[in-house]
Amino acid sequence: MSGPEERSVEVGPPGRRHPRRVWTRGEGEPVGVLAGLLGYPVWPAFLEQLAGGRRVVAPSLPGAPGGGEFRDLDDLPDWVAATLDLLEAAELRGADLVGLGPGGALAAEVAAFAPGFVRRLVLVAPLGLFDEAEPVTDFWARRSSELPGTLSARPEAFAREVLACPEGHDAVEWQLGQVRALEAVARLFWPTCDRGLAKRLHRVRCDTLIVHGSEDRVVPASDAKRFADAIAGRTEVRSLEGAGHRADFDAPAALAEQVLRFLE
Amino acid sequence: MKLLWFHLMPYTELPDDFKEKHPSVWVDIDSRLFDPVRGHHMYHEFMDELEHAADAGFDAVCVNEHHQNGYGLMPSPNLIAASLARRTRDTAICVMGNSLALYNPPVRVAEELAMLDCISGGRLIAGFPVGTPMDTCYAYGMNPSQLRERYHEAHDLILKAWTEPDPFPWNGRYQQLRYVNPWPRPVQKPHPPVWIPGGGSVETWQWCAERDYVYTYLSYFGYQAGQATMNGFWEEMKRLGKDRNPFRAGFLQFVGVAESREEAMELYREPAEYFYDRCLHVDARYAAPPGYASETTIRKRVRSQVLQAANRASDKAAFGAPSFEEIVAKGYVVVGSPDEVAEQLREVAQSLHVGQLMLLLQYGNMGPDLTRYNTELFARKVAPQLRGLFEDEWENHWWPHPMPADARATPREIAG
Repeated sequence: MSGPEERSVEVGPPGRRHPRRVWTRGEGEPVGVLAGLLGYPVWPAFLEQLAGGRRVVAPSLPGAPGGGEFRDLDDLPDWVAATLDLLEAAELRGADLVGLGPGGALAAEVAAFAPGFVRRLVLVAPLGLFDEAEPVTDFWARRSSELPGTLSARPEAFAREVLACPEGHDAVEWQLGQVRALEAVARLFWPTCDRGLAKRLHRVRCDTLIVHGSEDRVVPASDAKRFADAIAGRTEVRSLEGAGHRADFDAPAALAEQVLRFLE
Repeated sequence: MKLLWFHLMPYTELPDDFKEKHPSVWVDIDSRLFDPVRGHHMYHEFMDELEHAADAGFDAVCVNEHHQNGYGLMPSPNLIAASLARRTRDTAICVMGNSLALYNPPVRVAEELAMLDCISGGRLIAGFPVGTPMDTCYAYGMNPSQLRERYHEAHDLILKAWTEPDPFPWNGRYQQLRYVNPWPRPVQKPHPPVWIPGGGSVETWQWCAERDYVYTYLSYFGYQAGQATMNGFWEEMKRLGKDRNPFRAGFLQFVGVAESREEAMELYREPAEYFYDRCLHVDARYAAPPGYASETTIRKRVRSQVLQAANRASDKAAFGAPSFEEIVAKGYVVVGSPDEVAEQLREVAQSLHVGQLMLLLQYGNMGPDLTRYNTELFARKVAPQLRGLFEDEWENHWWPHPMPADARATPREIAG
């Protein structure tokens, strides 16, 4: 793969403007993608597959790889404003939007706070709800040896291809990038991932696809139905057989196909 | 040199197979292991031990704050300190301390510590810890990415609350208050001495230097492992143009004294092994929430070979208990006859250059009799050999200034 076109956008209020990475690849109508846990340090197979059918625009959320500063975002309004700033700078106002994990929760918040901003929504294993009887796994409280099996149904491959430092990169900075990405998600979602999204989902009026990996060990399968029941727009729920929480890593082609079919 | 008697208040009856059957002593420890009736007796034994240490002439008694754990039974050290303020006369009371970000609003800390300073007649040392990840981020759900920002804001608010005579508004990042005006105010002016317990982060050293606070390194792993950290501290003080006053620094050391080394090895084996095997049995899941350590600290930790070695020693001890022979050989616990212990502690104080020496003379499942023996022997035969160290050369600017003894109230005796 030849990789995406990369640019940097400066967003935020005066005096606190930060550069954030935006990747673009493919032809056709744009579809925005907000990455899941750990973000995308390198162009991943899922986005490559997706770019086969649409023009993929993937802005990096604050704190994720390429996403830059995030420690000035203190609460949900700060994060929603920062996400709206980023999506606008990436020229995604009115476009279809795919969000994974924490990116899914933020995509849903954007759709709820700014109806009309998102055309159609795809939520892949979205965070944002918390049921005490079926809690979202505390993925922060994992031993490093447990993280691959928590996030992926292909833990060995995940450890090798996502977590391990690739040749040519500084091992310390690579590891810090992962800690920083988890911290950024913690900054908004610690400790339960519930920032009240359930009270706002009725404001999501666009067509929405919710995808859940059958082997997801972070988000309970029942959350997909909770999202579907609460969202006001037309919803579809799809299960992705054999995929874990990071379904984009475990089943990139199948996930891209589901997304493209929904957005046809 | 100041000698401070520190109680962690461990639950002393964790079962022998605790480590095999339970994943963690902290956060999600099985509450069915806690027997409140035994708890009643433990609290009284522990408080007796603190009072005994005060009677025996230690310069201070220390208590600290931990949550949801069998390592230390003091979710609220201020409760214990309040009792000590009534039941001791001249000893300093070191609350080491209140995890500032956990109090909402943090004015609560300003109030309670001012109460303690008033009740004790100005004997309080105010410790301001960030708190362990287990206590703050997991037991109390504090956001690890905001913990230090909240801590620093709480610190600034508390200091202003203690020193600003008029009511003031506080429009902080995390705390908004229209009327800050705590009653009571501390006896000590401008405020009680502030000590900061830290784990070796450069930012904490710099902050202590900037504010002129005592930095205390509370390590479980003795002076050998503490050397790298304290060297780093003193190098940073030098770089920042601060003097080498040893009273700027505190250090925690486990000690077991007996009439002979052989006797000490026999007496302190079980409590030491209990501590390192059960009290430190913390699940690694709860040890490093993202954001708890700053990126500068992580980089320094990973890149510094010396610190890496120290960390490896810590990790090994924390997650795979060492044998007693190892505990002693590495200096985690200083054991021996009074003369041997005095000699080693003199070396600890001099090599680390610390003037505020915190001593753990009760640890693990050590019972009241042995604790009393250890404390008394230390007070009678070890302390006299250490007193005076550093004091002809340096002044301790960080010690409480109580009201004159004859101006302080006398608590009534308990009837019957």
